[in-house]
Amino acid sequence: MDALILSRIQFAANISFHILFPAITIALGWFLLFFKLRYNSTQNYKWMNIYFFWTKVFALCFALGVVTGITMSFQFGTNWPGFMNSVGNIAGPLLGYEVLTAFFLEATFLGVMLFGFNKVKPWVHTTSTILVTIGTTLSAFWILVLNSWMQTPSGFEMVDGVAIVTSWKEVIFNPSMPYRFVHKLLASGLTASFLIAGISAYRYTKGYQADSVKSAIKVSVICAALLIPIQIVIGDLHGLNTLKYQPEKVAAMEGNWETQKGIPLILFAIPDKKTRSNKYSVEIPKLSSWILTHDLNGEVLGLNDFKEHPPVGPVFWSFRIMIAVGLLMLFVSWLGFYFYIRKKSLPNFYYKILTLMTFSGWFATLAGWYTTEVGRQPYLVSGVLKTADAIIPNIVLPSYTRVPSTHIAFSLTIYIVVYTLLLIAFISTLFYMARNSEDKEFDEKEFDPRTGQRRTIISTEKIIV
Amino acid sequence: MITQLFDSSGRLIINYHYYSGDWLPLLFAFLMGLSMLIYGLLDGYDLGVGMLSIFSKDKEEKDKMIASIGPFWDANETWLVLGVGILLIAFPKAHGIILTSLYLPVFIMLIGLIFRGVAFDFRAKCEKKFQKKWDIAFFAGSLTTALAQGYMLGFYIAGFQSNWQSIIFSFLVSISLAIGYCLIGANWLIMKTSNDLQKRAINWARLSLYGAIFCIFLVSIGTPIASVRIFSKWFIYPDIFYLLPIPIFTGLLVLLMYSFLKKLPLKDDKMCWVPFALTIPIAILCFAGLAYSFFPFIIPEQIAIVHAASSDSSLKIVLIGVSIVLPVLLGYTFFTYKVFHGKVSPLKYD
Repeated sequence: MDALILSRIQFAANISFHILFPAITIALGWFLLFFKLRYNSTQNYKWMNIYFFWTKVFALCFALGVVTGITMSFQFGTNWPGFMNSVGNIAGPLLGYEVLTAFFLEATFLGVMLFGFNKVKPWVHTTSTILVTIGTTLSAFWILVLNSWMQTPSGFEMVDGVAIVTSWKEVIFNPSMPYRFVHKLLASGLTASFLIAGISAYRYTKGYQADSVKSAIKVSVICAALLIPIQIVIGDLHGLNTLKYQPEKVAAMEGNWETQKGIPLILFAIPDKKTRSNKYSVEIPKLSSWILTHDLNGEVLGLNDFKEHPPVGPVFWSFRIMIAVGLLMLFVSWLGFYFYIRKKSLPNFYYKILTLMTFSGWFATLAGWYTTEVGRQPYLVSGVLKTADAIIPNIVLPSYTRVPSTHIAFSLTIYIVVYTLLLIAFISTLFYMARNSEDKEFDEKEFDPRTGQRRTIISTEKIIV
Repeated sequence: MITQLFDSSGRLIINYHYYSGDWLPLLFAFLMGLSMLIYGLLDGYDLGVGMLSIFSKDKEEKDKMIASIGPFWDANETWLVLGVGILLIAFPKAHGIILTSLYLPVFIMLIGLIFRGVAFDFRAKCEKKFQKKWDIAFFAGSLTTALAQGYMLGFYIAGFQSNWQSIIFSFLVSISLAIGYCLIGANWLIMKTSNDLQKRAINWARLSLYGAIFCIFLVSIGTPIASVRIFSKWFIYPDIFYLLPIPIFTGLLVLLMYSFLKKLPLKDDKMCWVPFALTIPIAILCFAGLAYSFFPFIIPEQIAIVHAASSDSSLKIVLIGVSIVLPVLLGYTFFTYKVFHGKVSPLKYD
């Protein structure tokens, strides 16, 4: 295989593994803040027990997110030097602002948030939690600004093959940015909700039925039930925005080859790039036209009318997987909502369903990202820079040698082995923690009511790093 | 201002012009150097502690060592991202060339950083039977990271030449940097721990110092072989006299550290912070020496700093952010060090 395809696989592997963890931490931070504030206002210690359990998960996810994120910041240079050469004037400052405003904020206050509960005043600890959460969200903001700019570039001109900014406002608030940012935040909210619900349900079925566990399930299920309809509406708006700026991507998502009126919604099909048609298609007539144009007979551009378009199969299928997982989330969370309202408690089978749904957010997130990223191909920056042109720098020095594809094959193999290992370690550790950590027995007398802090430190506890 | 540079045989290698507008790239080169220096010092101590963790006598001691870096390592590593970030933002042309030339060592460093960063969390949360394995991963990750960084530094000094001299030289720098990190780590432990562990840390610091002195000696001999240009930049009359303070002060500070390491621990644990504090000026002097050797190049002998810079408008918008954020950043970094100052206590979430 050549350097281009190996670099693409390597970057895809890295970014796919990386996104799993920010997808959790962005929203888990807000959940932690919620638990902390509930404790501050009720002084009920169950909230702190939820907080402590989930900070440990947060710490683990954060560490995985940091190390895989660093890996990617280096790969821009090691594998995609042409990217920075041509759009560095835009990508550079955006990434720079991420490091300056977000990375340092979250990384620095994380220490206080994790280990400072007994070292600082309660309000300082709460503030640290807020700052970490703002940091993770800001980090998502800058990254999504850059990603959205790559999808729908604006506010720049090309001079000698190099992008020069004409308006930072247009670069930052490029056409797809608001939709993508909100869509991603909601996706993170759903990922974290189902993670909390799933792990807590697992703890419950393993016999640990404390108040803290029940409250964690309730908060997360209700949160998911509230977020999913909003996500469906935002997703639809995001789709309409894509239709306007990247119609070829929507054509691939819909598996629509010919420009026509009243296109059907295809439930199942195998797109065939040789014959440029779909096989074994199962469809609902005219529904796609209605969704995309809000008119049953609306005309939608087909793939055959584009000189270049993304590969259809991967985009078509990942889009369907995302939608399917989303609908499953809708069903499961609303079912839980129904049980809470009608029955006041959850039936046993529901805990099993929640446990099975623990990582559902990951599947939807990855499928969504594949849809949008593969949907941008063959371009790295839509209409500006082709992916194939980004693997070599556009100025070449005498000493410059291309990275041999054997080196990339080597690094790719190791990355895959390491990431597989880490994924197994993460999931097994998560369930191990769920089985083996019980809330601590807190004695009211230990607390100093004036400061809300503990007077003594329990010496029998394990040292938890 | 026009500066011309000739190689040893008098042939013109580069001809570069400075204009008053060039202050932006130069300022960014300074900021990049500054973040790399801060990174070296800060991640230096936690990588050093990581490497020394293999010598801990039991689990309790290891926990203490790791607890001493627990609240800090995340933020320390961010300086590396900032350094590479500035390279990427301000010098995109150099960024691609440097990182593609260092493809394998960068990759090895990243694998090291991955294992070290996650081992830190996994070792405390995983099943008991896996704990030893994560401890080894923590050690190995720290060692690999330090060695890979040293190799990259050496290869960079040698101007990315793939001949055997420069490869041997790179390995030499690689080992030197790892020993240097061990020294910073041991000095950190002297400051953060007490009793038995502190005594052992003093011993580690002494051994690392001997190693470091030996390595500086070897690297000094090796540099003229690896890079004629750097050698001629230093050993030329009258420049050598202006430059003499750098090695002299470094030598004096090393001697001072040596004498402190011989005397410590003092009664009531006085002065336990001195060896760590001494590493800071030493690191600054070494770094100044390096910076002098490279200037005005960003890629040795090939691209000058001003020629690799991105557009002024991009640099300006980043500069605005840097000037606002940097003071705040230093402020809250100081705050966390204050929160966790003093001797290490077990890390707890609650």
